[in-house]
Amino acid sequence: MRITVTVDGTSYTDDVEPRTLLVHYLRERLGKVGTVVGCDTSNCGACTVHLDGHSVKSCSVLAVQADGSEVTTIEGLARDGQLHPVQQAFHDNHALQCGFCTPGMIMQSIDLLADNPDPDEHAVREGLEGNLCRCTGYQNIVKAVRDAAHHMRPGAGPEAERVAGADTGSRTASSVGGGGE
Amino acid sequence: MTATIEPEVGKGRLRKEDERLITGRTRWTDNLTLPGLVHLAVLRSTVAHAKIVSIDTSAAKEMPGVLAVYTGDDLDPEGKIGMPCAWPVTPDMKSPRRPVLAQGTVNFAGEGVAVVVARSAGEAQDALAEIDVEYEDLPVVLGLENALAEGAPLVHEELGTNRNALWVFDSGEAGSGGNVEQAISDAEVVVKRRFRQQRLVPAFMEPRACMVDPTAAQLTMWSATQIPHILKTMSALTLGLPEHKVRVIAPDVGGGFGGKIAVLPEEIMCLLVAQKLGKPVKWTESRSETMVAAHHGRDQIQDLTIAANRDGTVTGLKVELLADMGAYLGLVGPGVPILGAFMFNAIYKIPAYHFACTNVFTNTTLTDAYRGAGRPEATFAIERMMDELAAELGMDPMELREKNWIKHEEFPYTTVSTLTYDSGNYEAATQKAMELFGYEALRQEQRERRERNDPVQLGIGISTFTEMCGLAPSRVLGSLDYGAGGWEHAAIRMLPTGKVEVITGASAHGQGHETAWSQIVADQLGVPFEDVEVLHGDTQSSHKGLDTYGSRSLAVGGIAVVKAAEKVIDKARKVAAHMMECSEDDLEFSGGKFTVKGTDRSTGIGDIALAVFAAHDLPEGVEPTLDSEAVYDPENFSFPHGTHLCATEVDTETGRVRIRSYVCVDDVGKVVNPIIVEGQMHGGLAQGIAQALYEEAVYDESGTLTSGTFADYLLPSAADLPSFTTDRTETPSTTNPLGVKGVGEAGTIASTPAVVNAVVDAVRHFGVNDIEMPLSPMRVWQAIRTGEKAAGGPGAEAGGGLGSIDAAHGGAQ
Repeated sequence: MRITVTVDGTSYTDDVEPRTLLVHYLRERLGKVGTVVGCDTSNCGACTVHLDGHSVKSCSVLAVQADGSEVTTIEGLARDGQLHPVQQAFHDNHALQCGFCTPGMIMQSIDLLADNPDPDEHAVREGLEGNLCRCTGYQNIVKAVRDAAHHMRPGAGPEAERVAGADTGSRTASSVGGGGE
Repeated sequence: MTATIEPEVGKGRLRKEDERLITGRTRWTDNLTLPGLVHLAVLRSTVAHAKIVSIDTSAAKEMPGVLAVYTGDDLDPEGKIGMPCAWPVTPDMKSPRRPVLAQGTVNFAGEGVAVVVARSAGEAQDALAEIDVEYEDLPVVLGLENALAEGAPLVHEELGTNRNALWVFDSGEAGSGGNVEQAISDAEVVVKRRFRQQRLVPAFMEPRACMVDPTAAQLTMWSATQIPHILKTMSALTLGLPEHKVRVIAPDVGGGFGGKIAVLPEEIMCLLVAQKLGKPVKWTESRSETMVAAHHGRDQIQDLTIAANRDGTVTGLKVELLADMGAYLGLVGPGVPILGAFMFNAIYKIPAYHFACTNVFTNTTLTDAYRGAGRPEATFAIERMMDELAAELGMDPMELREKNWIKHEEFPYTTVSTLTYDSGNYEAATQKAMELFGYEALRQEQRERRERNDPVQLGIGISTFTEMCGLAPSRVLGSLDYGAGGWEHAAIRMLPTGKVEVITGASAHGQGHETAWSQIVADQLGVPFEDVEVLHGDTQSSHKGLDTYGSRSLAVGGIAVVKAAEKVIDKARKVAAHMMECSEDDLEFSGGKFTVKGTDRSTGIGDIALAVFAAHDLPEGVEPTLDSEAVYDPENFSFPHGTHLCATEVDTETGRVRIRSYVCVDDVGKVVNPIIVEGQMHGGLAQGIAQALYEEAVYDESGTLTSGTFADYLLPSAADLPSFTTDRTETPSTTNPLGVKGVGEAGTIASTPAVVNAVVDAVRHFGVNDIEMPLSPMRVWQAIRTGEKAAGGPGAEAGGGLGSIDAAHGGAQ
């Protein structure tokens, strides 16, 4: 099947097998290997990306479901050498060790902050429940997300992400089978 | 002029490693590709024990994109290749051959049976379904005591037994203490307990992967491994390859926790297939494969007997272990429980000690190192025992510990298990922890809740632990029959522009070596932190090393870096004296500069590096280089310690456990980077708490791992863990020049018993004196109602729920 997807600001048109998962399309076809695969049961969240501005686990979305959509991965967050505030906060708060879960954790954190610009500790912990980390014990991740919240305007993100969804309040992610919430 | 420069060591530097990790510019093994790369997929046994009657690969070979399908007999027709075990713990240890792919029989569910090579990973995966294997079932051996029972079926018929080895230490025989049987028979109080260390899955987040390029000058392997150097040598030995023709690279590695200390059949498979086809090959496992095929950790039955006087003085300790090896021996698997032998006596002065460990084969995934490796098991048992003894004596559990621990003025102290603890101050760490925790107030609240019969009961758990880390003095490893030494290598290259490259044999996989080593070198050479680049994980640049595990990197590898830097300074001093026309003795080196004493004449290390590069005017006999290397073999382990306190609320109506407060004060000696240290503590605590409350690898009666995915194996999420209060005391290690100890495993070693002690303490008045881990609501509820410590029996329910444990026979059933 032929799909057209905008990933990190670049439009791609490709023929894909209907069974191809979005994460495999990103990694194997587009070389977007910043997004990783940590499990095969949609539990770990390492593959979390944004689909039309909302987090999805890209292992539970088919590439064909992303046709006509905009995908942002960890590789598309920094602009002109400027880190996204959540990326910066992960560094500032030592919220990563091996870093394998980090792309998914950051993408989910941004989504969480879009929903709740000033989450308390409990809200952060609940909001990241679908993303597993084995290194940090989560304490510094929670700290980083709350730190980022203070550095971001409500709902702020890169321009590219302020497209669909956020303004209208529609949550397209779940309608295409995402598990990022 | 003396510039006072703030030392780098001790500074909370943010990590150099982060930039690429937070932007997705990573080099995980599975991210890498090569021209003409083909992909491997491994067919794994679905049964735990069976004869392989036949394997029909003909249909799979016809599948689109498939280049080849191999069985064990295809790759190793003579059946000569065996995966290495580097730790024969006793001379008569039974060591079955572990083939690359099963040959003749399969011995655990998950063992490789055939491998497909195809153009894409998807096509390789598709073809697996077309391989037809006919199995003839053999009786499945599960459960430690079952495996040792008279007439039990055998995992390896040819060995004639399921007993792998028996390893014994006795203080009476060693001369380090008295006779434990005597101590027990003379004792005023004797407490016996049986504890179970459930089986765990290391669960590093990056699944294992391996790529081999046979077209390069050397046969080059990239692998998601903790041990590139060991892997290189072991690959050469295992396959008879010339070692100089092998290069191993560990690129970015996504966690290990001991789970990536291995020489994998899949790595050997990649080497064999790549050479056979003359093409680069890659294997990347799915998480479901990791769960069954990557080694597990723990899995012991621990029988302890402690003898004491009525006043609380401990007079003897006897430890009898059964340790499940799984179906084969891993790289260091048989030695893991033996490491525990030195830690059961912990921080206590115990006059008589006996330890015996029986290693056992079962038809399960093999076990090997997992964060702590033998020390968490030991620490759990002794710290649980101290609480049980305190309850028996009616003493406060902290008072009992204090009565028996080594006092700070008694260091150095040689223990009953023959280790010499160089330094420590248990009083200081404990006092600080008790204050932060509010021990007395919580005890008061506990009494009140008891009195009013509150449905939510409060418990307080203590763990005053130490551990041996910084593996290891080579002579000690030799005395334990380990197959290698415990030194580490470092090299420093002084570049003409004054920048510095540091090469380390410690291969990081998330720890932050690049940052910490930069801090150390910045201080040693007086160069800016930013001017240091740390290279590791590639046997071509870092040609020598023994890698990262056992909390050894800083205490061994970091010291090698210091020694190499000292050599650089020594070399530079000669050149500086020549440049400034003075005697070497007149020079002092500080802040990156050699200064002629009593003058303001000085020259910087960068200028010297440039002068040496030009080499126009060097003193007679001086080589034109400042580059230096050092290999450091530690004279002793390091012994971090700490006091961990946990308060849990236990809902007696549902069995639910909530951690209300977790406070730990750790003494890891001098700290290079407090941010990294704190991060290691957090992560370690999470893993130890997860063992106490959530995780368990569960087998059903046919030997199928029922907790075989992250949906079933309860890895805690952010919502399942509390925030921790961490603090430190600082008693420098006296056995290395930085005064450092290890920190990588401390949290995991200490926390498990603190949590379990807290839960038992909360419900002890219901007659409960133990609950088997993980302390699921079901188990806690059952214990409160029936006093049973294990909600056992068949009907295994994965996910930290019902165990599959036959309490009478122990181990996974």
